[in-house]
Amino acid sequence: MYAYDEYDQTFVEERVAQFRDQVRRRLSGELSETEFKPLRLTNGLYLQLHAYMLRVAIPYGTLSTRQLRRLGHIARKYDRGFGHFTTRQNIQFHWIKLEQTPDILAELAEVQMHGLQTSGNCIRNVTADQWAGVAADEIEDPRIWSEIIRQWSTLHPEFTFLPRKFKIAVTGSPNDRAAVKVHDIGLRMHKNDKGEIGFEVMVGGGLGRTPIIAKTIRDFLPKQHLLSYLEAILRVYNQFGRRDNIYKARIKILVHELGAARMAELVEAEWQQIKDGPLALSPDTVARIAAHFAPPAYADSPTFTPEFDALRLENAEFRRWLKANVAAHKRPGHAIVTVSLKPEGGVPGDMTADQMDAVADLADLHGMGEVRVTHSQNLVLPHIRRADLPALWRRLSELNLATSNINLVTDIIACPGLDYCALANARSIPVAQRITEKFNDLARVHDIGELKIKISGCINACGHHHVGHIGILGVDKNGEEFYQVTLGGSEELSASLGAIIGPALPADRIVDAVGNLVDTYVALRQDGERFLDTYRRVGIAPFKERLYAPA
Amino acid sequence: MIKSKNLEGTQAVTANRLRDGAVVFLTATGTWSRHINDSAIARTADEAAALLAIGTQAAADRVVVEPYLFEVTAEGGAIQPVSTRERIRAFGPSVEEQRPLETAS
Repeated sequence: MYAYDEYDQTFVEERVAQFRDQVRRRLSGELSETEFKPLRLTNGLYLQLHAYMLRVAIPYGTLSTRQLRRLGHIARKYDRGFGHFTTRQNIQFHWIKLEQTPDILAELAEVQMHGLQTSGNCIRNVTADQWAGVAADEIEDPRIWSEIIRQWSTLHPEFTFLPRKFKIAVTGSPNDRAAVKVHDIGLRMHKNDKGEIGFEVMVGGGLGRTPIIAKTIRDFLPKQHLLSYLEAILRVYNQFGRRDNIYKARIKILVHELGAARMAELVEAEWQQIKDGPLALSPDTVARIAAHFAPPAYADSPTFTPEFDALRLENAEFRRWLKANVAAHKRPGHAIVTVSLKPEGGVPGDMTADQMDAVADLADLHGMGEVRVTHSQNLVLPHIRRADLPALWRRLSELNLATSNINLVTDIIACPGLDYCALANARSIPVAQRITEKFNDLARVHDIGELKIKISGCINACGHHHVGHIGILGVDKNGEEFYQVTLGGSEELSASLGAIIGPALPADRIVDAVGNLVDTYVALRQDGERFLDTYRRVGIAPFKERLYAPA
Repeated sequence: MIKSKNLEGTQAVTANRLRDGAVVFLTATGTWSRHINDSAIARTADEAAALLAIGTQAAADRVVVEPYLFEVTAEGGAIQPVSTRERIRAFGPSVEEQRPLETAS
């Protein structure tokens, strides 16, 4: 993992001291709310429905067990004993007091964490594949490049006041798990004809009220030019992006209006000015960063043990967990384990302080002390010895963290919605909870197969509903919560935006509607088809017909 | 910053407390309470404007942040917000916040 150098640590500590003084001045009246609000937002502190909310950055979703324990400590000491992992691989605490925030940030700084780049019109915390460095299908570890982007983007003086927020995601695998096509910039590592590794650069993707799939403006960018090329894109955006209308200020609108070809020309022209300047990455620089992400010292571990084999034979739930929550690792004898934060009736992405401590203990015991956060609001233990899987599964089951549902119908993404968020129009969490209660038979959940439901409580789309196989958007109709359903969205490299199936449904019909859509799929599916495959083959009409059929 | 979308109907004033962000309601004596039932009620546009003015002053005095009027019903001694959003603000999230740590699988 990356460890702060003296520069990083000093900078973060100085920011804590600065914010402590800003809070003091706010409470004493030297600063008005209008003056203070941008200062607190810069540090990740929002004011939500019930309290302040602190969003803590987890760069590219990578956590040490020390950091996870510290997050648990903060949940326990300053919040109500839990935290909420978000679709940007960050964590939010929902019950924070302004007067305690400087102490919280000081405690975070001790473990090299902060709330910077989690708000405001800056380059936000960079996200990446949660299986970075361990995925069997990986071409190159995206954390190296994510960390290089983090160092370049943190308080970049030229890009502190962009037209709007700016999100970058990186994947190093052909199977995209980082949703790169719905980011302002998506980077996909791949090999060219000569066998060299570089980046496909996609620009102008995003969700929100105007969802757009990113366009490729460069098929292959040699790695040493990553930062100069990103800088060129940001410069074009900073110059031409709209500042007159907040709803048209994201780079996706600029790319849409200019066209990808013109955008590519403008970026290329800017890039030619700077590509061989100080931002060119020397092999030494890259090697220095890459050293932080060297593989841990794996011990030889058998792929199967008698205990593993016996448990697999006798226990259907363990078999389902292996199938859904355990993935192939680069290193023989090891596995990648996803810790489900989606138990039946649970709040997607919520984790108690005690669970955080317990998972940190498990990661230390079985998994080289490392934890990842996924944009699907789950955790990952990236280095688990296969021989330890039975013990790990038993303990995770005791902790209610072993629901075998990853990428299945109950692995729902949901934003905090109207239960917490000041922007929301409708609740998201209770809808997710009721869906998990409806689909509480895991054998059936596995039979239904891959099905991604994503729920947002407003058009800002933090719950990624546009790219859900089934997307659910909460809307307010004369003070009543209604839910608009979309079908056929996907965040993978074959990305697509969901199509609206018909009139929005009242809250008491939405869960049965999901059941109806699943039944239609099961009736229509052919051998081996996932929900998305069937939808793409038959289209929306059969789903619509059955959903809105007169009772 | 001050929302005053509707000055008609039965209304109360709410805000978040500056120090801790807690949801609070303006009372008839000009203090702020955590309990909606302590709210002062405005039944006319003039009363609403007067209540909001007290809230605005409290924001200037650094007691609260972003005070605003919202619609309530006040019958049988219980003050209830009309909108779902304000019910959630007044009574807390509609979801259980914590799961038990040790749940048998």
